[in-house]
Amino acid sequence: MAAVALTDHAVEIAPGVHWVGALDPHLRSFDIILKTANGTSYNSYVVRGENGVAVIDTVKENFSDDFFRRLESVARYEEITTIVLNHLEPDHSGALPELLKRAPQARVYLSSRAQMMLKALLKPSGEKPPEYTPVTTGDEVDLGGRTLRFLHTPYLHWPDTQCTYLVEDGLLFTGDIFGCHFCDNRLFNDTVGDFRFSFEYYYAHIMRPFREYVLDAIALIDPLEINLIAPAHGPVLRHKPRDYVHRYRELATPRLFNEARSEKTLVVFYLSAYGNTRRMAEALAAGAESLGGVRVSLYDLEGGEADIFTDLVEEADGLAFGSPTINADAVKPIWDLLSSLTTVNIKGKLGAAFGSYGWSGEAVRLIEDRLRGLKLRVPVEGLRIKLVPDAGELEACWLLGEQLARHLTGQVEHREIEFSQLQAITA
Amino acid sequence: MPKAKITFQDIGVTVTVPAGTRLIEVSEKVGAGITYGCREGECCTCLTKIISGGENLAPPSILEDQVLKDNMAPRNHRLACQAQVIGGDIVVKPA
Repeated sequence: MAAVALTDHAVEIAPGVHWVGALDPHLRSFDIILKTANGTSYNSYVVRGENGVAVIDTVKENFSDDFFRRLESVARYEEITTIVLNHLEPDHSGALPELLKRAPQARVYLSSRAQMMLKALLKPSGEKPPEYTPVTTGDEVDLGGRTLRFLHTPYLHWPDTQCTYLVEDGLLFTGDIFGCHFCDNRLFNDTVGDFRFSFEYYYAHIMRPFREYVLDAIALIDPLEINLIAPAHGPVLRHKPRDYVHRYRELATPRLFNEARSEKTLVVFYLSAYGNTRRMAEALAAGAESLGGVRVSLYDLEGGEADIFTDLVEEADGLAFGSPTINADAVKPIWDLLSSLTTVNIKGKLGAAFGSYGWSGEAVRLIEDRLRGLKLRVPVEGLRIKLVPDAGELEACWLLGEQLARHLTGQVEHREIEFSQLQAITA
Repeated sequence: MPKAKITFQDIGVTVTVPAGTRLIEVSEKVGAGITYGCREGECCTCLTKIISGGENLAPPSILEDQVLKDNMAPRNHRLACQAQVIGGDIVVKPA
């Protein structure tokens, strides 16, 4: 952060449009998962029209004083007709209950998915929810000579997220997209320090799991004339704002064509202390390849880092995990990988587990439970084999691979089973 | 006890279950692609398309109905964590 302190006043970002947010330079981790070496900012904006004033988002609750001081420097509470909530996470809605008390006449505009969150946020205040209007793409609010138009951009990075476009000025208020955790009181992208690392880091940790939604949002944003992007964290993007949209498109699109995608892909990760789980993995891979149409890749987790494998996981259609059981658990590199997957979308991928064991063989079931928890589908029961797999057991591994390939290629034969049978299998 | 048959179209499996079973009790065990979040009828993660046999599910509760509306769920969609089979044949797939 620059040495010169920001004043208590609002900062004009366009004629009649002000930043009224707050700086949090001493924050060192955000939401537990993100490092913030110079803190962050909570950006809130005020738009003045001829017939009313709109406040777009608020700040984290313990920065409310900064927010209200800046807000009061450009508007009176009785002038506020409109409160727009682009995203209801507490770092943007923390000052909302108090703002509603000070401007009770204001109508709240938010996405349809945000309604339940609004009610949940206001629970502790005991206040009845304010008058609100759920909005979607194309809905508008007239402030008098100035129009706010909404864009439905869900899952960036919560279900409730939306963007708001100030039509006449070409200003886009984007909530968390195009934001970053970077605290610099010079505020604008052409005056702050080099923040590009933070922009990319933020995308990688917050937006990457939702890359399909990022591309949907860009499709809505692309046709707009954009003079400035005002995100909810980090610098206000007034110089070459469209570059940031292009960069998001690049980040959300794999840069090299994935040649393996001409077929379904199955990635088999394994660890093996004595070669037994490795032999299982090789037999499973051979079975999966036997069917045709599935490209199988084998990786020993001892030979790489979880971060690198995360990229493979994101692109794969199916994932099989092989682990021996040591002290009644799967081994740590498996858990390291399975706890690193929150940054990619793995919902609905095919999952399976297998492994050799000496005593009790808990690893396979534990991995299957974790895969279900991660929202993978696990239609084929995993394989546990005691110590050294014999020819018949390797044949079972081969068949497991073949079954996985059938699921990946849509060649599963229809099965009819009794519920009681199902319960016995999975007990 | 009356029985019902639930077919999970995405994985090609039909399970015969006792009437009163909820979809969630079966779909995970059988490995269908329906995924769950809160498991309490709030988050809408387990939105499921009812291909046929919707009349063989107990009607949605007020809570489920509200969550379906809030999430703009299309017709013939239910929450798998809430929907309870009452008999007959039902065919479902992830939304």
